[in-house]
Amino acid sequence: MQETDILIIGGGVTGTAIARELSRYDVDVILVEKEADVASETSKANSGIIHAGYNADPEKLKGRLNVRGNELFDQVAKELNVPFKRIGSLVVAEKKEEIKILKELKKKGEENGLSNLEIVQGERLDELEPNINQDIIAALYAPTAGIICPYELTIAQAENAAKNGVEVLLETEVLDIKVKTDYKLVKTNQGKIKTGYVINAAGVYADKIAQMVGIDEFEITPRRGEYYLFDKEKGSEVNHVIFQVPTKVSKGILVTPTVDGNLLIGPNAEVIDKKDDVATTSNGLNEVINGAQKTLSDLSLRGVITEFAGLRAAEVESGDFIIEASKQVEDFINVAGIQSPGLSCAPAIGEFVVGLLEKEGLELKDKKYFDPYRQEPIRFRELTHQERAELIAEDDRYGQVICRCETVTEGEIVDAIHRPITAKTLGAIKRRTRAGMGRCQGGFCSPRVAEIISRELEIPMTEITKEGSGFEILCEPAKQSLQAEVVDYE
Amino acid sequence: MNRLDYNLVVIGGGPAGLAAAYEAKEEGVEDILIIERDFELGGILQQCIHNGFGLHEFKEELTGPEYADRFIKMVVEKKIDVKLNTMVLEVTDDKRVYAVNKDDGMLEIQAQAVILAMGCRERTREAINIPGTRPAGVMTAGTAQRYVNMEGYLPGKEVVILGSGDIGLIMARRMHLEGAEVEAVLELLPYSGGLPRNIVQCLDDFEIPLKLSHTVVEIHGKERLEGITVAQVDDNLKPIKETEEYIKCDTLLLSVGLIPENELSEEAGVKLDNKTGGPLVNENRETNIPGIFACGNVLHVHDLVDYVTQESRIAGKSAAKYIIGNVDRRKEEINLTAGENVSYIVPQKLEIKDNERKRVDLYMRGSKPMEQVKVVISAGGEEIMSLKERHVEPAEMLVKPLPQNFIKDLADGSEVRVDIVREGEDDE
Repeated sequence: MQETDILIIGGGVTGTAIARELSRYDVDVILVEKEADVASETSKANSGIIHAGYNADPEKLKGRLNVRGNELFDQVAKELNVPFKRIGSLVVAEKKEEIKILKELKKKGEENGLSNLEIVQGERLDELEPNINQDIIAALYAPTAGIICPYELTIAQAENAAKNGVEVLLETEVLDIKVKTDYKLVKTNQGKIKTGYVINAAGVYADKIAQMVGIDEFEITPRRGEYYLFDKEKGSEVNHVIFQVPTKVSKGILVTPTVDGNLLIGPNAEVIDKKDDVATTSNGLNEVINGAQKTLSDLSLRGVITEFAGLRAAEVESGDFIIEASKQVEDFINVAGIQSPGLSCAPAIGEFVVGLLEKEGLELKDKKYFDPYRQEPIRFRELTHQERAELIAEDDRYGQVICRCETVTEGEIVDAIHRPITAKTLGAIKRRTRAGMGRCQGGFCSPRVAEIISRELEIPMTEITKEGSGFEILCEPAKQSLQAEVVDYE
Repeated sequence: MNRLDYNLVVIGGGPAGLAAAYEAKEEGVEDILIIERDFELGGILQQCIHNGFGLHEFKEELTGPEYADRFIKMVVEKKIDVKLNTMVLEVTDDKRVYAVNKDDGMLEIQAQAVILAMGCRERTREAINIPGTRPAGVMTAGTAQRYVNMEGYLPGKEVVILGSGDIGLIMARRMHLEGAEVEAVLELLPYSGGLPRNIVQCLDDFEIPLKLSHTVVEIHGKERLEGITVAQVDDNLKPIKETEEYIKCDTLLLSVGLIPENELSEEAGVKLDNKTGGPLVNENRETNIPGIFACGNVLHVHDLVDYVTQESRIAGKSAAKYIIGNVDRRKEEINLTAGENVSYIVPQKLEIKDNERKRVDLYMRGSKPMEQVKVVISAGGEEIMSLKERHVEPAEMLVKPLPQNFIKDLADGSEVRVDIVREGEDDE
């Protein structure tokens, strides 16, 4: 049986942010994630926006944490070596009466402590966004909004936490929690873990985890959002994150470049029953493209490279984050209902939870050798020809391109496999290196990536998966005679 | 960085690149380099282990690897340089090629002429937007073909194939022979996108049903594919709700179109034809950048490798003439226009003065299946040729000669148009 001071349940952006924050201190931390990789659910399928902080009410936790989270991002992104761009956001209005809403948002933002919001019109708006629809008459401009890759951030947080001593256990699902006098016994599919504190950051499953210790004060209602992702050739259609003015019927569809240079549109919002229902639907996707056309009228499905859906882990009753030490169960901290702007708040939530633990009596002593920096992964596609030549001279595996669409080399894939959080699925490799993320969606590289994983981790090809056990890609070796035929030919 | 100089660099060592390089060598080009990203020459032919290749070219039925092997041997005999496991990263408009591999590291190769022969890629589930979950077990037919024929693994046992393009048909038979149950081949259009002979030899012979005017409307299964909902489509290709049915399967293979792989070409400034997805070329298969040529599936998707070979010989020969400095151009090019019922024509323009040639072959596709038609070629509004054709369909390439006798009299800047009309229609 493993023992630890603190057990974090959930390897999403919130759980890993808390893990990283805790790894600054001299405490034992284990993070468990039921999927084969961190960032496997909500944290891999969202808009990737770091909101400025004008949306949430100042009296809500969301409002307070958003502004703080946004401020922290320059430093976090730098330390973790995650691409982050403060490109600014616009909320666009088509009608005169919508300008009133822009003004209200501006006022709310100012109450949250934002001082640089601006309502832009005419030439200034044209300059900022020359391609948007002509009937857009004004916009609320928030220069501090940014874009980030949400799974890359989550992976980076997890890697940095692991480097600083946090133990990250993948494919480890919490089945039950027993509350004992001065500890908790957490039963997982991989064995038991004895822990002092439990931090429940289980996303859409946070209510289920809470129920294991008898807390049923909140319910998480998954709200699905669907997206279209376009080829990089469409990435410069807009320069900012563009939101539409929220109406009674719709929150509007956002249009944004991604930090990797693609164009992303979405999400719609649909309450669903199942906590794992991330299927896309034709109705939902129609809503997304039709909605996006209100911002970019010429946008068609030409250039779409993929579509996906993600779930918001919404707590409907409060409409706010629930981040608190349970009053019922000692040393049990819920971090639940982290829907938008959860990504923007992640580093602030990390700080906040550490503060809660301190209040609960956890003694926090700085670790002697905390290293806030995560070693930057090599991104071959971003190097100059000269830098590439030098790199290959050092390690020839960077001379073998595996993914042609995104120009990812064998060296990058091998590195991803062996980083602090082992990447053993095609999905995990894709999120770390972008191999399979491009226009051919892995048609060319997935057999090659599978071979490299198989070789590096010494697992048979038939056990290579897309996203963990159950997601096997191949079922069995082909007939022997035919294999021989291929060999003969060579 | 390693710097090299070549007269001609051929990007891609599949059937197009091999034939083009060989032909250029035959025409006297000294230093030729073929760059191939895979570990061997031959391209996709190497995974096409079925027969049916080479009926035009060799008058016999070869398998893909056999067809490739003939050209590989020719290239080796001619001592043409080859770099394997080498990926081209960039081509510039002044014909510098940047490539990378393990042994040489980064290569900067200055060429006098470049032949683009990168082939094509398959359209994906994501590009055609099938709603549903995202389980393992959904892949393109070509990827499945690689797994089965090259890597030696079976991707699944209960298979449905969406799209009746040739790779889909071939894979239906292949999976069946491997012991998988092939439930159906679905085709969105009311006619197949594959060659008639493949429908007979791959589906009919094994009693695999072909469901025309059908598509997949939803994918089910969280981890591994569990089944799909299919529906018939109406005349506007919209699924009809009442016809929906569930098919249990663990594998869905997609054969829903091929896209010429022109990212390198575009970066170099090569202009593309919206219709073919490949470069706009003159009869020499030369792009808008003098000295950059294209052939094979990067230029337009072919039905038969034999046509790829023919086209690549033209590109190779023309590149040789370009290098030697023996090209005489018209002042203004002649545009070839795809008229009624013609979806495209390659080449798209005539630009070269060459009285030694007897004809220029026009490669074209009809836009719908038609019986008893005439292919009418006209210039300046006047019919110059009319050729009977019993049957045309989009899956089969039509090749029609335009004699040099006609070409030499065409005025600079004029237009040649090709229409496919039902016999009798244009007589009124």
